[in-house]
Amino acid sequence: MSAMLELKNVSAGYGTFQALFDVTLSVNAGEAVAVIGPNGAGKTTLLRAISKLINVKSGDIAFEGRSLATVEPHRIIELGLSQVPEHRRLFPRLTVEENLRMGAYMEAARPKFAQRLEMVYALFPRMKERRHQMAGTMSGGEQQMCAIGRALMSGPKLLLLDEPSAGLAPVIVQSIFDLMRKIRAEGYTVMIVEQNVRQVLKVVDRAYLLEVGRIKASGSAAELLASDEIQKAYVGL
Amino acid sequence: MIGRNWIIATALLACVPLAVSSLYILHVLITLLIWAFIYTGWSLMGRFGLVSFGHGAFMGIGAYVVTLLWNLQGISPWIGIPLGMLLAVAVAVLIGYPCFRFRITGHYFALVTLALTEVVRSIIIALRDTTGGSLGITPASALKDGATWSLTALQCSDKRVFFYAALVCWLVGIWIWQRIDQSMMRHAMQAISQEEDAAASVGVNVTRAKLTITVISAAMTAFGGALYGQYQQYINPETVASLGVSLQMVFAVIAGGMFVKLGPTVGAVFTLLLTEGLRVGIGNQINSLDSTIYGLMLVLFIIYMPDGILGKLMEKRRAGPRAA
Repeated sequence: MSAMLELKNVSAGYGTFQALFDVTLSVNAGEAVAVIGPNGAGKTTLLRAISKLINVKSGDIAFEGRSLATVEPHRIIELGLSQVPEHRRLFPRLTVEENLRMGAYMEAARPKFAQRLEMVYALFPRMKERRHQMAGTMSGGEQQMCAIGRALMSGPKLLLLDEPSAGLAPVIVQSIFDLMRKIRAEGYTVMIVEQNVRQVLKVVDRAYLLEVGRIKASGSAAELLASDEIQKAYVGL
Repeated sequence: MIGRNWIIATALLACVPLAVSSLYILHVLITLLIWAFIYTGWSLMGRFGLVSFGHGAFMGIGAYVVTLLWNLQGISPWIGIPLGMLLAVAVAVLIGYPCFRFRITGHYFALVTLALTEVVRSIIIALRDTTGGSLGITPASALKDGATWSLTALQCSDKRVFFYAALVCWLVGIWIWQRIDQSMMRHAMQAISQEEDAAASVGVNVTRAKLTITVISAAMTAFGGALYGQYQQYINPETVASLGVSLQMVFAVIAGGMFVKLGPTVGAVFTLLLTEGLRVGIGNQINSLDSTIYGLMLVLFIIYMPDGILGKLMEKRRAGPRAA
């Protein structure tokens, strides 16, 4: 079975600084996969490489069997890869609904705008209440919902989430992970990059541990949660 | 409603030359319309965070290409104007593409454009044998033997003709602004100006969107420069291609209102009243007093009224009924 997203020996970085070394991982259709690891492990760089915001130095990234090497950044979404960026990156001075409209910016998504808007509002009723509010004026948790909603507006095959819990109050973090479960239940294939190891491992099927730019361990969420190494270093028990 | 108001306003403006015989007023109105058009062109970029200090370069290219082709080769401005616009667009792409491709944004982009104006000005001065250097240049007159106009040379001694040309030009500028405002381009550019990476990730071709808006803006400015040269029948690097001109555009648009359709036009009225008022009131005794005042006011506008005069007024009007 061929994976939906496949990274083979990917190395990448910024200028002369290398952030990823020989990263190999895959995400199958229907799965939820996490990449966990501490600050500075290269998790965000990994997602930036997948969404072509930076170029890989060596190795290859393929989506549905097609190499992304020559794909331009704005075409990534057309393939069905949608990203919820770190710190949400909403358009702060656009309203919630305008942000969602931008999520359906690409040609193929425009005719389905109204239908998907209803779908997002059904998933996040709070967004419907706030639809005329400037996105930048909402709370962190609401902004995260809006960012996820925006990513869903393109009707993605694979949803990439970059640190969805970062910078949020603990009680909100809990609700964000509840949202993750909801989105999984909708049948989306999801890849999450996250520092909150204990929480994220309860949501996903499999995970990779990334440390200083290299994959150090991988396995099912249950296996990793049970492993001594992860227990000591990340779960803090 | 808006459509009807526009038709009435345009009709009233079109009647001005019939009602007003003062050449001075006509002259002021012509320059006002040409500047309003150029400022509108500048604001296409400015409103989306692409602050350019380089539009003097585009204006200078438009004005000089037309005049030089006419004087040296006898090529009619009808051909010279498109060529001037084409050269301005080529320069815009040459500067814009690398900036946008390599994510040079904000202050850094502004600095690149600042250099552009100086480069163009220096070239005009360095080629003084052909361009007349800092003394400027006059298009060779085609109005010989009592002729009052020449279609080939786009020259005319009757100011009313230029008034109507400038009026049409300004209306087209407003129309372009509106077309862009109602297009997906506006959404794309707004998104880019607020979060560039996120815009790319939702499928906006960032480089192309910025380049398109830059090309339109540069072409408009070059056209405005050419029209200015044809009307004034005299251009020099200080008046069409200097840093001063570039700064004047930035100031006028910020003062008038960068984010509203008629903001740049209000900016043109404001700066013109200021310059003419100072000229009439104080005369030319104090050198570059107007620039000093511009500078001071720019600081004040940016701090206290970043949306400009018209932007502030419209905001007040929107807030008014609710408060009452």
